[in-house]
Amino acid sequence: MIGRLLALAPFIAVAVAALASLVLPAYQVSVATYVMIASIVCTGLVLMTGIAGMVSFGQAAFVGFGAYTSACMSTQFGLSPWLGLAGATIGAAATAALIGVVTVRMSGHYLALATLCFGISFYFGIGNADAFGRFNGMTGIPPVTVGGFELRSERQAFGLVLVALVLSVAWCRRLLASRCGRVLRSLRTGSTIAETFGANAQRHRLLAFVAAAVVAALAGWLYAHVQRFINPTPFGLNASIDYLFMTVIGGSGQVWGALVGAGLVTVIKHELQDLLRPVFGATARFELLVFAALMIIVLHKARKGLWPFLQQVVASHMPPRAPVAPVTLTSRRGRPDQGLPVLTAIGLRRMFGGLVAVDDVSFDVRSGEILGVLGPNGAGKSTLFNLISGGLQRSGGELSFLGAPLARVSARDMCVRGLSRTFQHAALVPEMSLIENVAIGATHLGRCGIVAASLGLDAREERQLLGWAQHLLDRVGLGDRAWELAGTLSLGHQRILEIARALAADPVLVLLDEPAAGLRANEKTLLAELLVRLRAEGLAIVLVEHDMEFVFRLADRLMVMNFGRRIAFGDPEEVRADTGVQEAYLGVAA
Amino acid sequence: MTADIAAILLQDGIANGAIYILLATVLVLVFTVTRVIFVPQGDLVAFTALTLAAFDAGTIPGTVWILLFGAAIALSLEMLEAVARRDRARCVRSIIQFGVVPVAVALLAVLLVPKDAPLLWKMAVTCALVTCISPVIYRIVFQPIASASPLVLLIAAIATHLGMNSIGLQVFGAEGVRTQGFSGPPLSFAGQLISQQVAGVVASSIVLVFVLYLFFHRSLRGRALLAAAYNRRGAEIVGISAAAAGRTAFIVAGLVGAVSGLLVGPMTTLYYDSGFILGLKGFVGAIVGGLAIYPLAAAGAVLVGAVESFASFWASAYRDIIVFMLIIPILFWRSVVNPHAEDGIE
Repeated sequence: MIGRLLALAPFIAVAVAALASLVLPAYQVSVATYVMIASIVCTGLVLMTGIAGMVSFGQAAFVGFGAYTSACMSTQFGLSPWLGLAGATIGAAATAALIGVVTVRMSGHYLALATLCFGISFYFGIGNADAFGRFNGMTGIPPVTVGGFELRSERQAFGLVLVALVLSVAWCRRLLASRCGRVLRSLRTGSTIAETFGANAQRHRLLAFVAAAVVAALAGWLYAHVQRFINPTPFGLNASIDYLFMTVIGGSGQVWGALVGAGLVTVIKHELQDLLRPVFGATARFELLVFAALMIIVLHKARKGLWPFLQQVVASHMPPRAPVAPVTLTSRRGRPDQGLPVLTAIGLRRMFGGLVAVDDVSFDVRSGEILGVLGPNGAGKSTLFNLISGGLQRSGGELSFLGAPLARVSARDMCVRGLSRTFQHAALVPEMSLIENVAIGATHLGRCGIVAASLGLDAREERQLLGWAQHLLDRVGLGDRAWELAGTLSLGHQRILEIARALAADPVLVLLDEPAAGLRANEKTLLAELLVRLRAEGLAIVLVEHDMEFVFRLADRLMVMNFGRRIAFGDPEEVRADTGVQEAYLGVAA
Repeated sequence: MTADIAAILLQDGIANGAIYILLATVLVLVFTVTRVIFVPQGDLVAFTALTLAAFDAGTIPGTVWILLFGAAIALSLEMLEAVARRDRARCVRSIIQFGVVPVAVALLAVLLVPKDAPLLWKMAVTCALVTCISPVIYRIVFQPIASASPLVLLIAAIATHLGMNSIGLQVFGAEGVRTQGFSGPPLSFAGQLISQQVAGVVASSIVLVFVLYLFFHRSLRGRALLAAAYNRRGAEIVGISAAAAGRTAFIVAGLVGAVSGLLVGPMTTLYYDSGFILGLKGFVGAIVGGLAIYPLAAAGAVLVGAVESFASFWASAYRDIIVFMLIIPILFWRSVVNPHAEDGIE
């Protein structure tokens, strides 16, 4: 019962809000209208800050950009506000793209500071420009008309803003659930996951930044045509900081957090002013101090904001997600014949300054074969993996994949060519479900972009990608836990999940970095059976593992490394008898 | 524009640049050691000028109350933690750090700085007050989240700035001040007349940067700081406490901020909220050096000063905009020269 109510909660909330606007006094309706406009801005910030991990201190400037663009177009050129909306959003998108292109390649705080500078410049810029009425602002902005009917009163404006808010939240949620959205959600952990599975992390970051700016411009457009006069004050730095705080306090990882934050901050600010004025006098701005202190406490104690606390309460009552029907995708690549070389490395080298981490290593992997790589800690196995998969560039040597020589290796390119991998330290998105984590692996198999996702045209493809992910979860034995969060898995199961994700990319070759570490004996047996089946299907597998028994049971050929060099390569039995190998492992005197 | 005007503008620009160098150097230092972009640095600069002005007017500066109030919070936080861990040595240490020292400095400011005291003595006490505030900020705001990402730390820094702004308005009021500085007849150098103020600012800035250089490359404490900046974990393993390193960095930041305030005070009218824009300009300079390279950051700071002074001649209202929009081409240049890997928010 509660579960069903919760599933309907958003609709109930909208209905209640719509009804409340009809009965509440005009003043409260207009306060609620501004809270909703702020919520729209925060929805964009959730996408950008909470999901993609970028911080903007210039969001209010984008709001102002939207407001001023549309105000100018409608007052000075007499254009319809709807044309103003187009101008505002397109202009904001272009500006954000310009700032974004310059900064997304660098560490996060550069973008934050670039937006800070943009925000301040915008504020002083419009405040000093005659065309925008300087600090006095612009008046006589026409209201929005719908079908020849002007939305003038508070209640009508409320309705318009409510519709806009519902649309932005719905759009944001739809986007996050899409193929692009999964990549965006992985960016919080860094670029590695996205790049390993064929997605351009920088482009997705830019996308989030531009989307946030467009949403902000929409809010600005609403602000201008609801209030009907504007000045620079609500678009200054303090407003930007307010928006950011709303998002962080509410819980930036979730769209709902934006709504909670916007409402809470507006109310708190309002109440604080009333509360502190009699104590400290009208000129004091102590509400800012209290506000700053609150913010710092939230950062100290609950960095993810307040929503996760609410979510815990809600989650236990939510009905379980319906299972996805598994789908088997037919491989798009022709698999090479059994026994043909997939990857060939000749004289591979990698130096870090004076240290040679991988020194003159040559080997090949054939389809339908498991190549075991052994070596003590620090032997260069992980570096070797990174050289092959594009995490690192080689200092020397030749590499070819499926017969094609590789001049430069990039992770994204290797994924598209058919190489897939797992990580020694599991690299999953903990707050995403298992099935979505696996679906990230299949990113490059899909086509639908942000536009298709926004319009809901990606439903068929999504069914396929999620079905494929479910199929792989079934294969590795995690199928019945598909909608649990990856962060709740044990370390061993996280590695298994990584294997499913690697397989989702439809690879010809998989690199497995210590997949059996942390598994119990029976789980190891299941893993071994899975690898044997994959081998029979013609997959080439490179397996780094410390569990000797596991490796010797599975590997068709073995390579042993020590101090960055290949000290043995070939049939497992020969390698086992090799004196060099025995020295490396058992320390027998030479 | 004649050559004379250009020369005067350039002089102005260099003097401003000299102050931005100090700000940029400290921002880089604090960032490398603690990964905090110390936005409130500018507020410290403004508070310094306001404190000195209060001494000149014969009133007790609001800085005293800020220091005592902040130190009380820091002390209680520290004591709570020390008592919970039954760490007696830390109790004693924190009582000295956040109890005895701030109270002593505050008493000094209240009792021993009469209105007609010599300027140098007033300046010294002002420096002491402001320098003591900085580690208090570190203890309250940043030390508990020392391991958070730069982005979280940046949000905290901005929140701190907001808070200081609000306190500043309360204790100093909304009036601006202009303090005394180097005065006397202008000097003649290479055919140019240079005011003593400009000469004094540039000379002080050079001396201070040199002292900082000596501190980092010659003293054990300074080298420990650099080690902590280079590799936090590694430094902890060899016995350099990250918290202590952060505290030292903030003390240096406070001191340099105070000196910058003394230098910039006579050149422009400062209000309780002027510091932010000042700090940000120092920051634009620091970004030229990629937040890491000291000589480049200094060159960037002088560039910012020069651009600002020429911009104020041609388009005074848009001065700040021109300086801040400078950051876009600079960032573009940096992203081409040295693209970084992105760090996630957590």
